[in-house]
Amino acid sequence: MRTIEPTEVQRRIDRLQGQELYIHLEQTTGAYAAHLDSTKHPAATFISNARIRYARGSISGGGPYRVGLKMAQGWVYSEGLTHYEEDEQQRLILAGHDQQGKLVVALQLSPEPFA
Amino acid sequence: MTEERTAQMTDKRERHVLVVLPHPDDEAFGVAGTVAGHARRGTPVTYACLTLGQMGRNMGIPPFASRVTLPDIRRRELEASCRALGIADLRMPGFHDKMLEFEDPALLDGAIGGLLRELQPSLVLTFYPGHAVHPDHDACGAAVVRAVAALPERERPVVHAVAIARDHERDIGPPDVIVDVRDTLGPKLAAIRAHRSQFQAAELMGTGSYTEEELQARFGTERYWTYRFGP
Repeated sequence: MRTIEPTEVQRRIDRLQGQELYIHLEQTTGAYAAHLDSTKHPAATFISNARIRYARGSISGGGPYRVGLKMAQGWVYSEGLTHYEEDEQQRLILAGHDQQGKLVVALQLSPEPFA
Repeated sequence: MTEERTAQMTDKRERHVLVVLPHPDDEAFGVAGTVAGHARRGTPVTYACLTLGQMGRNMGIPPFASRVTLPDIRRRELEASCRALGIADLRMPGFHDKMLEFEDPALLDGAIGGLLRELQPSLVLTFYPGHAVHPDHDACGAAVVRAVAALPERERPVVHAVAIARDHERDIGPPDVIVDVRDTLGPKLAAIRAHRSQFQAAELMGTGSYTEEELQARFGTERYWTYRFGP
């Protein structure tokens, strides 16, 4: 993956706007968060292959980046994004990694379901 | 210099004050004393609180709010805060918390522009865009600045902006408006306490253990930067 270039990611967000898409949205502290530091509260959430369509989407911030997608009845929001998959032409694959390179957050959009 | 300016500010009689901030409780620390002072002098005050703060993380200890009940709880807290400050006109346009920076600028500018045309305020209080830490704060201030800039120059109200970012004085200098709010400390503290889901009063103000002098030192001054519009 490559470090996010906001203008390139914005171009890809615009390209998927208005389409029926599958979303994978995920955030995790890692299962060992509390094992390594008992003051940490381990938490993880993902939703995979839910269907969405957004009328408006944008990336903002100075890195790590935030993305907001406005749907007919609500919003998708993700903060802490650092990388994107440059070779994906049909899909948008964004992720945020911490200083150890571990995944903290992922936001993925695709016209086809994710495996 | 500061004392002289303070006296000027405190006595200035505005025609109508419009406060535009994104979250219930944003008014309580930054502008509450100033606003209560205007209300006390008989100036109409309108507060447009752009969201209901429904993404807030403070849920009470132990939690008495949930994601489902939080918007309503915060709306009631906001109304109580406005009563404490003498704000008779509270507007809640219902934008989504945390999403202001992603919202269609035309919707935001339209909502704020509509208020400017309706109320024709002489003074607008908001956050200083780019120097307000939270993305909603920055997006709120930016929308206000855009909406005011869209007015013909002679119709523009004065905009006093609140900056809270670290190092903001390096970029925008010291505040040019310093308001002594010791006279309205009572309403201000009542407004802070009204947001009970967000602030544990004991943690904030002790258990009444602050002396009057300590409260005045901590909450008795509000600082603004006059926003400079280009020609």
